[in-house]
Amino acid sequence: MLAEFGMAALWIAASLALLQFALGAVALQRQRPDLAGAVAPLAVAQATLCGIAFVTLIALFLRSDMSVLLVATNSHSAKPWLYKFAGTWGNHEGSMLLWVAILGVAGATVALFERSLRADTKIATLTVQASIALGFYAFLLFASNPFARVAGVVDGQGLNPLLQDPGLAFHPPTLYIGYVGMSAAFSFAIGALITRDVTPQFARAMRPWILGAWIFLTIGITAGSYWAYYELGWGGWWFWDPVENASLMPWLAATALLHSVTVLATRDALRTWTIMLSCVAFSMSMVGTFLVRSGILTSVHSFAVDPKRGIFILSLLAIYICGALIIFAMRVGTVAEGKRFDVVSREGVLVINNLLLSVILVVVMVGTLYPLGLEAFTGHKISVGAPFFNATTGPLALTLVAAMAAGPLLRWRRDEAAVLARRLALPIVVSIAALGVLLIATDDVPVLPLLGLVFAAGVGLASVAPLWKRNLARTPLFTWGMVLAHLGCAVSITGMAADSAFTKESLVPMKVGDVRPVGPFRLMFEDIQRVPGPNYDALQVTMRAELPNGDLVTLKPALHRFSNPAMVTNEAAIRTFWNGQLYVVVGDERAGGQWVMRMWWKPFVTLIWAGGIMIAFGGALSLIGRVHRSRTARKTNARAAS
Amino acid sequence: MTRKWVFWLPVLVTVGLFAMFLVALVRPSDRTIASQLVGQPLPAFDAPAALPEQPGTNSRDYADGTPRLLNVFGSWCGPCIAEVPVLLKLQSMGVEINGVAVHDRSEDLARFFSENGNPYARVGLDVQGRAQMAFGSAGVPETFIIDGKGRVVGQHIGVITEADIPDILKQLGAR
Repeated sequence: MLAEFGMAALWIAASLALLQFALGAVALQRQRPDLAGAVAPLAVAQATLCGIAFVTLIALFLRSDMSVLLVATNSHSAKPWLYKFAGTWGNHEGSMLLWVAILGVAGATVALFERSLRADTKIATLTVQASIALGFYAFLLFASNPFARVAGVVDGQGLNPLLQDPGLAFHPPTLYIGYVGMSAAFSFAIGALITRDVTPQFARAMRPWILGAWIFLTIGITAGSYWAYYELGWGGWWFWDPVENASLMPWLAATALLHSVTVLATRDALRTWTIMLSCVAFSMSMVGTFLVRSGILTSVHSFAVDPKRGIFILSLLAIYICGALIIFAMRVGTVAEGKRFDVVSREGVLVINNLLLSVILVVVMVGTLYPLGLEAFTGHKISVGAPFFNATTGPLALTLVAAMAAGPLLRWRRDEAAVLARRLALPIVVSIAALGVLLIATDDVPVLPLLGLVFAAGVGLASVAPLWKRNLARTPLFTWGMVLAHLGCAVSITGMAADSAFTKESLVPMKVGDVRPVGPFRLMFEDIQRVPGPNYDALQVTMRAELPNGDLVTLKPALHRFSNPAMVTNEAAIRTFWNGQLYVVVGDERAGGQWVMRMWWKPFVTLIWAGGIMIAFGGALSLIGRVHRSRTARKTNARAAS
Repeated sequence: MTRKWVFWLPVLVTVGLFAMFLVALVRPSDRTIASQLVGQPLPAFDAPAALPEQPGTNSRDYADGTPRLLNVFGSWCGPCIAEVPVLLKLQSMGVEINGVAVHDRSEDLARFFSENGNPYARVGLDVQGRAQMAFGSAGVPETFIIDGKGRVVGQHIGVITEADIPDILKQLGAR
């Protein structure tokens, strides 16, 4: 009964989306404000029903209702409840429903809270949002029904053990909020093109939505990176896996957009570019989702999906992306050229930032899709891996952070190069000092990590420079946000560079009683024993690590053998110190009671994710600051008008 | 706006990309990567007896002049159950099949055989998946066709169906 209820909610939500789209389109075409009034309430109703459908699916998973095909194939009654809950989106249909539900909520939030946008542009935005929703409702209802029933199943098949991790319960939804939140920017941009409203006022209205989605994307990528780091047990934090790249690409586009929309809001320049980026950011999000869902790119993340569904989604994406780009090409002539500016100005550096981000985006995209293209047209199989991506994006990223150091120290419109040089003098001195220290104190640090550390030192200092000689209490919240986010970049780069420059690795077979040195530690293999878990059998190793100061700590890495489905996972034991992490993994068994142990000492590796959190937190401060300011501005205006 | 065509470029690029996705999606794609082992001698492995009444198997069993199949399977694997009738048919046609049970237990195997039948001449147990690793076999079921000299002449990834029988017989015949 519950499944039918969810199905009904989904159908009603889809009909409401159709109505929302039709009314919005007619209202815009015929200029009928009476019809326009219904669009916002419809968006809210549609989101509510879609939300109900999603909650229903969660309930079915929690109750382990094996008469529902999706539950039977992706859940198991013996699973801990958290994974039953997370299992709702750990599969194709459920995650598509989550996707649409977030899309609905994004639309409803725009309908309820967006006040600074011109009335007709808001209607156009909601109409575009409804048109996107319609396509994906159709996909759910006709090709990926999450509520389909099945007869005669006693218990389910279970969830991939790799995905049975508390972090995974919240990683996909976070990423999805980021991906789908970008739909707001997309709809705003297309809406503004339709109503010819590409103005600074429009950019100010759009900015908080971009920021919001960007914050979630940042958190999602940071969390995903940490998950891969501790769960996959390879000691790496970014694998340039196609699916990771699929989340990085929208982030790059969104980061560029975030900066260009600021130029449009403040200086009325970069109009067409900002619109273009809005289209690209959400297109990348959709392509990202599609690449994962279709199984076109194979990776640990992908679910195999039959080609019919792939073609359905592919057609949807082609319609939306090409449609948006065609509207862009047709209407771009009506967008007046924005204000001009000097190269040496904040806008000038932001353009450089945008160009670099776009180039990185294209490089990542080429690296990700090239093997696919090559196989599609010639049948050759190749894989593009870390060496390509590191060598290409590394130098670009360093140039980017250099621009990041300069940007906030420049005035809008025009500035003096000599003044900039003076403002950057101290950071440059710090960088050179860092280079000197590193060259003297360390040896054999590869060029890229070395430059990373050197740049990070200077950029870290430069990023707090905008606070120099300011009254900190009166500094706007969004300036604090920017400073924190930029500082977060420097922190994160420090972590990445320190990890690749100073990591000590040891891969040795050990038996009970053996002692091996790893970095400044001495590790002793104390014990190995079987420990039964809730739905697996664990082989747990006890390692005793002796710290440089003589203290002892215990690490317990393990192998988990799952019975349903049969699979072995590696549980890394990670010990965090203030200056890095000790990371231990159990490998294969060897003759004579020996086990291959992989042990790493990773100095300052935690800074990678600490920086990511700082960036997201900076974004949040910025968002709060912006929303607060626009609200007070509206109140002041209202008072002045009355 | 003299260079209007520039603004149509993104559309063009997108259409190109989607054409590529479409080709990748609909092309009857062969996602399996042929094993490097084909043409090589079977790598050294030792899978001890899984059941008291049946011998285990190791790499020395394969160079006695008889071509045979080496089937990597598991009692916990659904598709392996589906494959048993076809293997039994091959057995009745005189093909000798050895099995290596990956990540398995003797009692589970005994139940598997009593429920589905036992098509194997020898069954070895590969508790750690080490033999499987030596074969470079990523999943189960997977079947290797071995000639009388102990060389791998063919590899079949996934379930063997009735339709695969002629091809397998042909490969067994090819010395």
